[in-house]
Amino acid sequence: MSWKFNHKTALLYTALMVFALYFLAPIYVMLVASFKSLEEVHQSSVIALPEIWTFEPWVKAWSGACSGLNCEGIKPFFIATFEIAIPAVILAVLLGAFNGYVMAKWRSKFADILFATMLIGSFVPLQLFLIPLAVTLRELDIYGTSIGLILIHTVYGVPLTTMLFRNYYTTLPNELMRAAVMDGAGFFKIFFHIIVPLSPAITIVAIILVFSGVYNDYLFALTFGESGKRPIMSAVQNIVASAYGIKEYNVNNAVVIISALPTLLLFLITGKFFVRGLTQGAVKG
Amino acid sequence: MNIGANQVKASLVLIPCIVIVVYFIWGFAGYTAYLSFTKSTFLPNHQLIGWHNYETLLQDPRWWVAYANMFIFGGLYVAACVIFGALLAVLLDLTTKGETLFRTLYLYPMSLSLIVTGLAWQWLLNPTSGIQQIVRDMGFEEFNFNWLVSVDYAIYMVVFAAVWNGTGFIMILFLAGIKSIDKEIWQSARIDRIPTWRVYFYIILPQLRTILLTAIMLLGFQVVRSFDVVVALTNGGPGYASDVPARYVFEYFFTRSKIGQGAAAAMIMVVTMIAIILPYLYFEIRRKEP
Repeated sequence: MSWKFNHKTALLYTALMVFALYFLAPIYVMLVASFKSLEEVHQSSVIALPEIWTFEPWVKAWSGACSGLNCEGIKPFFIATFEIAIPAVILAVLLGAFNGYVMAKWRSKFADILFATMLIGSFVPLQLFLIPLAVTLRELDIYGTSIGLILIHTVYGVPLTTMLFRNYYTTLPNELMRAAVMDGAGFFKIFFHIIVPLSPAITIVAIILVFSGVYNDYLFALTFGESGKRPIMSAVQNIVASAYGIKEYNVNNAVVIISALPTLLLFLITGKFFVRGLTQGAVKG
Repeated sequence: MNIGANQVKASLVLIPCIVIVVYFIWGFAGYTAYLSFTKSTFLPNHQLIGWHNYETLLQDPRWWVAYANMFIFGGLYVAACVIFGALLAVLLDLTTKGETLFRTLYLYPMSLSLIVTGLAWQWLLNPTSGIQQIVRDMGFEEFNFNWLVSVDYAIYMVVFAAVWNGTGFIMILFLAGIKSIDKEIWQSARIDRIPTWRVYFYIILPQLRTILLTAIMLLGFQVVRSFDVVVALTNGGPGYASDVPARYVFEYFFTRSKIGQGAAAAMIMVVTMIAIILPYLYFEIRRKEP
């Protein structure tokens, strides 16, 4: 009996380890390459640890790697991405919270229809929005600017945040609202004094999801990014695929890892919220 | 009176949302639908030409490669994510020690962008540096694994990388489902001496039907919009062997300056999506009605 137990456990953990290997392998390969000199990258196996560890690729990735003919590393793109992501997150979360509040607590037939059309609309492939977006941004004279991208990410982030907040606010008891209205509290007072203090968790979930979406976005970044300040994923792809000069594989790997760090750290630090947000979003989708 | 004023405020607050839904979502979708019937090339143009763009599109062999790839990629991606996701969820449920560690290891790729995913796998899948070379270095000189640069197999490598990114999320959905099932099942199963794997396969997993459908829907949605991972891993190559509709549309819009034809391709993506989702909705609604 006891042998059987051990045998099964060994099998279980072997399977777990094999899968762990699959999930870790590409990151391991990138990490070791990023600490090797270019010469060593060419000579050694991709799975070998560096013989001489060097941090130079990382320094270069941050402040000297070339995107086209522009060799300033990924620092400017990194900063530019945060300049887009932070306002977009604030706007999308704020609008989503307001929408959710109205749709869940001031229900009207109109609000229900609006929510339904928005939900269905969130399944439309983003490619359909590209040309009309280009036209609109040109009209507003914000084509290829950070403002344009902030607008885009706010607009297409709102359906997600609205859904999260609406679904959460529906679970709050309606008596709360009735009592507040009886006491003469108005629309905004109820929101800021009763609803907002009850929603720190869902707000964190919304922030994480919108931030990751904006940060990891490639399609809009590629289409509407400003060339010198393009968002990170578009810049990374451009640096790695760049056809100019010698391919510096070690630097490129450091570039990819640095670009992955913000969302990776966000996931590791706030894992619980991350998972909750995704499962919540999914179940309702 | 007070209630009325509040209702007015409630409606005013929805204005940005109305603009988004009416203009930025449905208006834009409608405009692209309209463009697919126009002679638009470099810039939108309002000369209507009927189904011409669709005819040109459907005669383009390249479109058919991209369109077929969407189904090859989609079918395998959805199947692999669901099977491995369910399997990993069961394995984690069986684990007594280290569940958090393994769960984190399986889930972290989800936080990475598809660009990072594609670029990360480029290394291991590239024949001159990756798995092929590692195995050859181990003494198997004849070993070949060059699918990434093969016309016939490059799309399968895209699946490989995308599954890496998508499995963890499906695993979490299944794991949440498994944990929500009544633990008494295990007691009854023990009394009846049913082996563990049979309990999972015949009793627990069939109860997670809703989660399965949600997972398939979400993954299917990912498939239609998949763009990043293809660009990062193969950029549609070699040639256009691993192209997908999302990339095709982008290229016709912005590099080939054939907006009309790109819009027609985008509309076919939408129609395909609807064709996939409708039966699902139909069955779901019918199931709930009786």
